[in-house]
Amino acid sequence: MCATCGCDSNASSSIQHIGEHNHPHDHAHEHDHSHSHGKTIVAVEKDILHENNLLAQRNRGYFDAKNILALNLVSSPGSGKTSLLERTLTDMKGEFPFYVIEGDQQTTRDADRIHATGTKVAQINTGKGCHLDAHMILHALQGMKPVENAVLFIENVGNLVCPAMFDLGEKERVVIISVTEGDDKPIKYPDMFHTSTLCIINKVDLLPYVPFSLDKVKEYARQVNPALEFIELSCTSGEGLSGWYQWLKAKVPVTETV
Amino acid sequence: MHELSIVMSILDIAEKESAKNNAVQIDEIELEIGELSGIDMPAFDFAWQQAVKSTKLEGAARIVTHIPGEGLCMDCEAVFPMHQLYKPCPVCSHHFITILKGKELRVKSLVIN
Ligand SMILES: Nc1nc2c(ncn2[C@@H]2O[C@H](COP(=O)(O)OP(=O)(O)O)[C@@H](O)[C@H]2O)c(=O)[nH]1
Ligand SMILES: [Mg+2]
Ligand SMILES: [Zn+2]
Ligand SMILES: [Zn+2]
Ligand SMILES: [Zn+2]
Ligand SMILES: [Zn+2]
Ligand SMILES: [Zn+2]
Repeated sequence: MCATCGCDSNASSSIQHIGEHNHPHDHAHEHDHSHSHGKTIVAVEKDILHENNLLAQRNRGYFDAKNILALNLVSSPGSGKTSLLERTLTDMKGEFPFYVIEGDQQTTRDADRIHATGTKVAQINTGKGCHLDAHMILHALQGMKPVENAVLFIENVGNLVCPAMFDLGEKERVVIISVTEGDDKPIKYPDMFHTSTLCIINKVDLLPYVPFSLDKVKEYARQVNPALEFIELSCTSGEGLSGWYQWLKAKVPVTETV
Repeated sequence: MHELSIVMSILDIAEKESAKNNAVQIDEIELEIGELSGIDMPAFDFAWQQAVKSTKLEGAARIVTHIPGEGLCMDCEAVFPMHQLYKPCPVCSHHFITILKGKELRVKSLVIN
């Protein structure tokens, strides 16, 4: 049972809207079930991710209606998701209304870093949970109330396995890999690369010091997902960031200022 | 360990379906798990043992049908067994592959009491 709204869910996460108080919210879930009273065998025929997928579709409808570009950022812990957001939110300040949802098992450290850039941010703590799900996003949105034509970044829990399975309703999934992680990550963790549309290769400033081949990582990633796009950059040196900003701008459905 | 979330979702479906049928106990549950669904069976088994305690699924027989992966090559239209996402088409060696089977993750049926 969901603690925030009492809906039917096993969510055990908590959501904090950094820099403000919590807002009340409610919603109901609709389901159609076939009844087969009095029988011993019940034909269920239900997708186990059905509930998550329904809520993800609902989030997607919300984003579409408000013309919001929602991006789901996934990576191992430490690949540079929060660093990339800090840079982006600072460098592109004022170009779009930005919002961030931070997912971590514990603490509001990442949300505090985002808050420091002056961006509206909600922190979801998943506790033992190793990924965000659509239900958590739905609740974070209720308190956040993003304006139309906004860009919403969702930083998923650092984990290259579990978040791959859970659609949040995002428009694009962006997988980040840093050059210190080894260039065979895409075939070791194929699901994440299979379900993403953009792969950011971060920390290229460290390329001279680590055995990592840009060609190899792309070759491996394309084996899993031939349509995957790549952007190489460094959040530290700033190299390559302009390519990422161009990609972002091209994805925003309508250009408009606050 | 997303397997725990998956088991919790199965519990949720099983509880709802059995409640609709006024069942107090579930004797059997039938699942379909695809080879490419991203489920690690040892982790799944472990999560299952922990999660079903004191639920209607405690003691229920669990029947899992594993569905082998099957791919369709978008270049040469070959249909072939697919055990990994990164393996190329065995006929033309290209990687533009659509997954036909193996992503399944379903509760098929319950036997209730
Ligand atoms: N050298 C280098 N370090 C980076 C770069 N981007 C991030 N880092 C460092 O990597 C560590 C993890 O970054 P963080 O953004 O917290 O990763 P997250 O866990 O994916 O959010 C931090 O110490 C960052 O300073 C980069 O481009 N180059
Ligand atoms: Mg982070
Ligand atoms: Zn809820
Ligand atoms: Zn809910
Ligand atoms: Zn997991
Ligand atoms: Zn197989
Ligand atoms: Zn082929």
